[in-house]
Amino acid sequence: MATERQERTIQEVKDSDPVCDGQAGLKFVHVGADQAVAYITRLRDVQGYTHLVFFTAIDYIEDSIFRLTYMVHNYASRQDLGVQVDIPRQGATMESIHHLWPHAATYQRELKEMFGIDFPGSPGVDDSFILEGWTGIPPMRREFDTKLYSEQTYFPRPGRVTHDTAAYMKEKLYPSEAETW
Amino acid sequence: MVETVKYDPRSKFPPVDANSGKSVYNLLSGKYMKVWQGPQHPGITGNMSLELTVCGDEIIDCKTHVGYLHRGFEKLMERRRYIQCFPLVCRICVPEPDFNEYLFAEGTEELAGIEIPEKARWYRALTLEMARLASFLMWIGGQAAAFGMGTIGQWTVTMRDYVLDLFEELSGGRIYHMYIIPGGVRADLPAGFALRVEQTLAQIWKVLDDVELALMYNAVFKKRAMGLGVITPSIVDEYGITGPNARGSGIQRDIRKDNPYLVYDQLEFSIVTETGGDAYARTWVRLRETRQSIDLIRQMLEIMPTSGPFFQKLPNVLHWKIPGGQTYKKAECTRGEYGFFMVSDGTELPRRIYVRGPSYTHAVTLMEKLAVNVNIADTAGLMVSLHTYPPEIER
Repeated sequence: MATERQERTIQEVKDSDPVCDGQAGLKFVHVGADQAVAYITRLRDVQGYTHLVFFTAIDYIEDSIFRLTYMVHNYASRQDLGVQVDIPRQGATMESIHHLWPHAATYQRELKEMFGIDFPGSPGVDDSFILEGWTGIPPMRREFDTKLYSEQTYFPRPGRVTHDTAAYMKEKLYPSEAETW
Repeated sequence: MVETVKYDPRSKFPPVDANSGKSVYNLLSGKYMKVWQGPQHPGITGNMSLELTVCGDEIIDCKTHVGYLHRGFEKLMERRRYIQCFPLVCRICVPEPDFNEYLFAEGTEELAGIEIPEKARWYRALTLEMARLASFLMWIGGQAAAFGMGTIGQWTVTMRDYVLDLFEELSGGRIYHMYIIPGGVRADLPAGFALRVEQTLAQIWKVLDDVELALMYNAVFKKRAMGLGVITPSIVDEYGITGPNARGSGIQRDIRKDNPYLVYDQLEFSIVTETGGDAYARTWVRLRETRQSIDLIRQMLEIMPTSGPFFQKLPNVLHWKIPGGQTYKKAECTRGEYGFFMVSDGTELPRRIYVRGPSYTHAVTLMEKLAVNVNIADTAGLMVSLHTYPPEIER
């Protein structure tokens, strides 16, 4: 039996008129974090979006949010729907959807490792997926600087000349165009 | 002492930890043994490893380990201009790189509002079908070799090489073609190309007849592949299974038919399905789809336009600012649904590019499920029958 809170959430989901944008065959919907799983469950069980295509995150560091994107597909209407949920970057946590699709656990495991987003209760979410033994900050976060990391980790062989890419291109490759930049 | 849930000691499966829900293996009991298969095992199509727990010669637990091919493409692309991302994307899937090129180009064009010429659309479809053909030929070799029939692998890999010769003639590259660029394609077809394609296709068709006789009606192959790794229709959506793995279970879905892209709505073909759901049924689906690719290439060469532009001029790609927006483009590759989710924030650099490879679900969650109760000798055959390429898991 559904609790009062669950009933309220389901009602809110039904009443909500999501803002959709995108071309035919693909739409995006923004929903609140507390309604997301109820909404996705309804999409799967009632509206025929039975296929979880992928689940990923986009880091908007300037707004201090992660935008989670659940892409689901309806085979009957041939429609892709991207359900987007904004969650705060600080202490990022989201409800798990592994009970809806078992393979969602793999996506959540990767999101935990790459973005540091926690999904409590998701099977194996704390196990390392790709980066065994990684201790730094989650590398897909925007503040992780790949260039700095490689400079600190790897060292150039002696005797090689390196150039600043932008300056070198201006001077050598496109000298005539450089003045117009 | 680990607290476990109620356990029958006669069971070949291990007790389950009451707190974590994980199986507890007493490796000192002599009942279980851990075997690592990979990351360099030839039966596994690429570098990933399987941590198998066996009881006798039967697998009772399988854990997949990936990460041997992680090069951080998605992260690297966040620091590069769109045109600089282009030579990176094809490396996400080695045996079939053209789908990456196509989807990246298509996504960029959609975000930038660029319409490509009609001829380029035909050339793109032709390249994608040739890539499918090459990938299937390599896969047939892998599947046969996994069951000890290396000769068949030599036949089909030779044929794949002839397809690569055609790619070399078309684009200059054998493995990474970088032919489908944003705006269209890089070059026109060389003179006499259609004739040479037809000669190669005729050769491949003949070899496929031999493969069918030697593989599909082979008693050893039938005995081992039938009933191996059964995917029931009920788990297809649950595990996000697409492509021949789903079609082998009687599910009639193909993006080329359901959401036609490029010129597929102008070509005649039907969706290939089988109902067995096992490795044998999947082999039939792929063999027939190989012939289907040959047929589609022939159709395209016959009706495609021969004149007109093949490239739409782009703004200076070094200063190309793509308008803000997001899109998801998908295509039917040999393994299932391949997709690119691209987000632009209006600058010269992409905000996020996410690559959806079908192997992500097939090789990890599905493999872990199907491997249980399989004889250890059939692991390689099962793995290949799911047709997975690990680079697209790690990206």
